[in-house]
Amino acid sequence: MNKNFSFKLHFPILVFGIAAPFLFPGLQLQIATLWVMVLFALTWDIMGGQMGYNSLGNIMFFGIGMYTSVLFQVGQFAEIGAYTAAHGGDDFTFTNAQYYQGLVIGIIMSGVVAAIAAAALGWTVFGLRGPYFAIGTLGMAIAAGELMGTWEWVGAGSGISVPVFPGSAEARSLLFYFLCFGAAVLTFVVLQWVYKTRFGLAVNAIRDDEEKAEAMGIHTVRYKTVAWAISAFFVGISGALFGNITGIIEPLEVAFPTVTFGIFMVAMTLLGGKGTLWGPVLGAVLFHTLKEVTWTYFLGWQWVALGVLIIINVVFFQQGIMGWLMEKFPEKFGIVVENKEATR
Amino acid sequence: MVLVAAPVFNVQLLLDGLFIGATFALAAYGLALVWGVMNVKNLAQGDFVIMGGYIAWWLGTQGIHPLWGLPIAIVVMFAFGWGIYVTIIRRVIDKDLFTSLLATFGLAIVIAQLLNLMFGPEVQTAESDFAIRQILGVVTVAEIKVLAFVLCGILALAVVIFMKKSRMGQAIRATAQDPRAARVMGIDTDKVYAFTFSLNAAICGAAGALISMIWVIQPFYGISYSIRSFVIVTAAGFGNLPGVIMAGLGLGVMENYSGFVLGAEFQQATVVGLLLLVLIWRQVQQRKLRQVVS
Repeated sequence: MNKNFSFKLHFPILVFGIAAPFLFPGLQLQIATLWVMVLFALTWDIMGGQMGYNSLGNIMFFGIGMYTSVLFQVGQFAEIGAYTAAHGGDDFTFTNAQYYQGLVIGIIMSGVVAAIAAAALGWTVFGLRGPYFAIGTLGMAIAAGELMGTWEWVGAGSGISVPVFPGSAEARSLLFYFLCFGAAVLTFVVLQWVYKTRFGLAVNAIRDDEEKAEAMGIHTVRYKTVAWAISAFFVGISGALFGNITGIIEPLEVAFPTVTFGIFMVAMTLLGGKGTLWGPVLGAVLFHTLKEVTWTYFLGWQWVALGVLIIINVVFFQQGIMGWLMEKFPEKFGIVVENKEATR
Repeated sequence: MVLVAAPVFNVQLLLDGLFIGATFALAAYGLALVWGVMNVKNLAQGDFVIMGGYIAWWLGTQGIHPLWGLPIAIVVMFAFGWGIYVTIIRRVIDKDLFTSLLATFGLAIVIAQLLNLMFGPEVQTAESDFAIRQILGVVTVAEIKVLAFVLCGILALAVVIFMKKSRMGQAIRATAQDPRAARVMGIDTDKVYAFTFSLNAAICGAAGALISMIWVIQPFYGISYSIRSFVIVTAAGFGNLPGVIMAGLGLGVMENYSGFVLGAEFQQATVVGLLLLVLIWRQVQQRKLRQVVS
């Protein structure tokens, strides 16, 4: 039953994901962004939903991944200082082999470096609970963007451009579409597996009562660090992909968009229902679709609408869509509810 | 180093830091009040400040002296705070801590964006037409800054006296100690909460009106004031007014120095760095306490 249930959901999504760029060629970028949003919401939920540590600064790893990827893509074959000084101009061209080697290593390293950064930063902030943690991470993300903007070596405020894709524009957008889709699917599969293991249980225990969890012998700091590192790993990869899609990395708007993506990831997860596997996916799809469709009609009021959405969501609809559905139709989620009971 | 070569620059930085720090302390005291009494972490604190600043600035553009904007900002923000309490805060007050944080975060976005839509993203200063004096040769002191400093002190004193002497102040303190006991004693805690939140908004409005005269305001500066308030309150602890004042003045001075030594672009990073330092320091302290108990 359980397998069947998820098969019914998984399969159409996979088919849609693979067919979408050919069915809607004009919307390729938007749908690629949708998968990045799904990834954002899923990774935020590891900490915010499953572990009860609401980070407002996860977007920091997006920027870290983005910069790491570019540095590896360029740094293997050229001097970075000279590259940024020339604004990645025509002096620096990469052969096909160099480009793809750089891209693969860049993407992998962006995840690894972001995860290492999370572990290192976690050491300083994991003693913080609840609101202190949220504000500490929010501050970190804001500071990270500003510090990057003062670093000459990586282009400071004017940013750094990524190597130019050697093929055609269609091939480029198709490649990055599938990389984004693949990253989102990989994140989902890994999280689905992780939440079923002891790790998921421990993380939920930390959410429910950290002192008791520690008393039961759970190494809370270790679990928290690993959870944040997993979250950061995938966000870092998404940063590498998004940087390559954008083409030029600018510290405040593109790499550390605390006030856009950083808020979206929280809003999407809350909308879909935090602490569930499908909630973030649902929230991200709904939020992104609504945003893309209505954004331009708000005539400057879109940010006000976003703020109001967050307030209404938090104040009146805290359980999110998945939580509401589970309350309303528990029998439809028969299996899921049991799973929830087991993993809680 | 300029600071060593010309020691008189230190005086300039110190004075400017103290003047701006006083307004930080005022806003932080409001946060300490709300946090201590209601256990609500108001992330819209800085946006209340900026809103108060825009009230004074707007009145200034209408031909009313911004100093008159101070009492008007206090009254308007008090009413605004009451409205926010009734619509939002009342519903999140007994939920978990992150709920209030996130709800006020949404509120912060709404306020900042509304101000942006109404007044545009330009950096503004309310013109107060006060003289700028020179002391010690090169140190300039704007009279309005001194006046604002004094007004900050008067306002803080007024709040303290209010909290100590008035019935409402006593009710607020009683509720902070034990809301259930307060309710048993016949205190309408809902009204107390509403009043506390409105008082906080009014204090923020006053701080903002002063900031608009002595410094600059911009719709999106709110978040840095929120973070400053959190730094100060976390460092000082709530219910510790002398601590809040000292931390506020200290933060103002430190920010001014780092802005001068490292460059203006590091000013925000300094605030965040201080926040992290304070949080880590608290953590180390608590770890020590824990070991004493075990």
